[in-house]
Amino acid sequence: MTAIDTNLRPTPGAPRDYHFPAFESQTLANGLRVVVAPVRKLPLVTVLALVDAGSVADPVGQEGVAQLTASLLTEGTGNLTGAALAERVELMGSTLDAGADWDSSVVKLTTLASRLPDAIALLARVLTEPSLPDDEFQRLRGERLADLLQQRSEPRSLADEAFAQAVYAPGARYAMPDGGTERSVRGLTLEQLRAFYAARYAPLGTTVVVVGDVAIDEAVALVSQVLSGWRGNAPLLSSAPDSALVAPRGIRIVRKADAPQSELRVGHVAPARLTPDYFPLVLCNAILGGLFSSRLNLNLREEHAYTYGASSGVDWRRWAGPFSMDAAVQSEVTAAAVREMLSEFDRIRAEPVTAGELTLAQSYLDGVFPIRFETTRAIASALATQAIYGLPADYYDSYRANIRAVTADDLLRAAHTHLDPSRLQVVAVGDPDAIADTLAALGIGAVTVTEAADTLGQ
Amino acid sequence: MMSHTAPSRICATGRYLSVHMQIPIETETLANGLRVIYSEDHVAPLVAVNLWYHVGSANEREGRTGFAHLFEHMLFQGSANVQANEHFELVQRAGGTLNGSTWLDRTNYYETVPSNQLALALWLEADRMGRLLPAMTQQKLDTQRDVVKNERRWSVDNQPYGTWWERLPALTYPVTHPYHHSLIGSMEHLSDASLEDVAEFFATWYTPDNAVLTIAGDFDPAEARDLVRDYFGPIARNPSPPSRPDFSVPPRFERPLREVVEDDVQLPRAIVAMRIPPCGTERWYAASVAGAILGMRKGSRLYRTLVREQRVAADASAYTFDLTKGADLLVVDATANAEISADRLERAVHEALDALVRDGVTDAELARALALIETDFVSSLQSASDRADTLSRFATYFGDATLVNAQPARYQRVTAAEVTAFVREWCTADNRATLLYVPKVMVSEVAA
Repeated sequence: MTAIDTNLRPTPGAPRDYHFPAFESQTLANGLRVVVAPVRKLPLVTVLALVDAGSVADPVGQEGVAQLTASLLTEGTGNLTGAALAERVELMGSTLDAGADWDSSVVKLTTLASRLPDAIALLARVLTEPSLPDDEFQRLRGERLADLLQQRSEPRSLADEAFAQAVYAPGARYAMPDGGTERSVRGLTLEQLRAFYAARYAPLGTTVVVVGDVAIDEAVALVSQVLSGWRGNAPLLSSAPDSALVAPRGIRIVRKADAPQSELRVGHVAPARLTPDYFPLVLCNAILGGLFSSRLNLNLREEHAYTYGASSGVDWRRWAGPFSMDAAVQSEVTAAAVREMLSEFDRIRAEPVTAGELTLAQSYLDGVFPIRFETTRAIASALATQAIYGLPADYYDSYRANIRAVTADDLLRAAHTHLDPSRLQVVAVGDPDAIADTLAALGIGAVTVTEAADTLGQ
Repeated sequence: MMSHTAPSRICATGRYLSVHMQIPIETETLANGLRVIYSEDHVAPLVAVNLWYHVGSANEREGRTGFAHLFEHMLFQGSANVQANEHFELVQRAGGTLNGSTWLDRTNYYETVPSNQLALALWLEADRMGRLLPAMTQQKLDTQRDVVKNERRWSVDNQPYGTWWERLPALTYPVTHPYHHSLIGSMEHLSDASLEDVAEFFATWYTPDNAVLTIAGDFDPAEARDLVRDYFGPIARNPSPPSRPDFSVPPRFERPLREVVEDDVQLPRAIVAMRIPPCGTERWYAASVAGAILGMRKGSRLYRTLVREQRVAADASAYTFDLTKGADLLVVDATANAEISADRLERAVHEALDALVRDGVTDAELARALALIETDFVSSLQSASDRADTLSRFATYFGDATLVNAQPARYQRVTAAEVTAFVREWCTADNRATLLYVPKVMVSEVAA
């Protein structure tokens, strides 16, 4: 064997092919869709039941009803109480949870394959015949209120909520927390949850995703056996929850006395998930603040040491979600950090990214693609995303080519179209005495100060 | 670059597993003492590289709390053939993910890359193991020191209950014990760290004979062995291995310990820790199962009693820290529901532990815990990165990576009688340390 020069960087070998797991979709007679991806790696199966009942479906004044309804699903069905149900599921070593995000409600199951028939029968029961008991409703509502109370002292949640209020019009659903405000949650009744369940949970509009150690026919037969008898219709969602606030640029400080850091959010409303500019914007964000080697992180962390980490991201939703640049910075440098963020924001829409930056982001997103799908949960979640947004059947097969196809010009055009300095809003959760004056001196907008309780309570 | 590794749940179980699944394991030890573990599979075209150095905050010298973690940051600042931050860029450009983390008694560095990039990941780890110091500068140290100070502000000082994970070890281990002091470190000690400290720490601890390298996933075994020997073989071992601190402590607290912390929080929180035998010892498995019975998921005792029935807690869980030296901790962690006082929460947690000691555990509770541990174990095998980390852990702590494959059978041998005997010996009031968080101002509008 010849000795090699260990000072020389190795060159890569030939890449091996990778394909996103093959999957198949079928629709039962009652309208329920079933998507199955057999993955024979370990004896595990993940099942997701996605219902078109996300927080955007909350009726006005009942914000939080979607999340509470979903949480209450696993609190009893038929003669099983919530406690008995938990015990039965866990004796099989399975996990069964339910929750809601903006776009959908979801019941999640992960189980050993040998337990799938029993476990999926329980999933079907909580989905189609939940008891929705008053006793557990009172408890879960109390826990949600405790959670909101807790958030008053959590800079990150406070910043997220204050930012939503800063960029969406008052009354827009997206301006409020997806789990509801203190006032709306306090007012919720069991009757409202039951009405929400009756109106929104139906086979048409529901997709069941099955991923793991199971054959397609077997999975479809199992789902069909426990869910083909489910009846009902749910109207399609229509109201848009995303109207942006039309307001001059401004700076909102949420008071946290003596805070050693300011938790920053700087941004505005972004396009909805189905924008034709999705891929250019994904790359634009990767270069601006999506990677460790992004401009924001190298600037704020590695050059200035203002922060442990700076990033940016679009919260992709069915309607227009927020885009923000985020960092927790030492209080003394708050204004300087905002200035650097604004300057990076201006730069990415003013001039093309370099070839080095673009190839880094493309190679990364292309290369990590197989690493993103090592678990049944991750694959199921990807198929759920596809179902929720109605992405094309070859979405994952063409993903890497779509990433590779974006040019610096595409990216610049997308940045110019969708990033707008005149709409930027700045939120800082921090100590106004330490940061208000220097933030005002930036000259980018008026500074207002609000209290934590008001941010979560309205 | 995180110091916040949650104590990772070790081990787990299942008859199904022990019959059907074993992690493939090949090992070798290079002449310089580096232990290497190969775990080959070809499910996906990716490979995980995972390097454990057997050094953590426990090995810091007096007046240098936080240094092991600051040093971890410095390992991303380049080496003889790698520029500052280029390590991140090279791995990401190769289509890989990477990070590192520092814990009380170990520091790990890891990458997952497309399988055709294995050589790059190994070369990068070897370059910084063999040739770190030429790249170290005062400016880099100053920058990372400020980054770490901001990490401390972010994760500890400006976070509700953020101090718990430095206060709990301080409460439960004696002042002179290596686990006692803060992992993230004090601002003052971080300020004192110098380039001489970097050189000394590197020479003392970052040597091949103090490391375990694991490669898991899609690779060619002969090629991987050649790469390892080429890149790591020339690195010199430590001619005078350092002495390790004394981790021994009495087996139990022998009296209740308690600390009350006023914090900028809205809800009280009670963290009750019991000193238990070290992770991996024979008696520890009963402790692990006791933790699952007490506080793993919604069917657990604590959730049933504190959250569902009494409604004094909004959340409750229990887990072991998985410390293998001296003594481990079994921790019960409960956050109060709205309008519940700290006193009431604390009393309820202790009453739940008293009931466990009084009544023992049932066969059904044992079966539930073992079933959950089994599924968690199978789930944890899904990612190459997790598999590699588990193998490095067993090799570092127990000197034998293949022990991981014995875990399922070991858990199956635990009986309800054994768990009951365990809690009666170790979960009594005189072996509990209570860390109680109390809101600075009990908020009045809660009751409104």
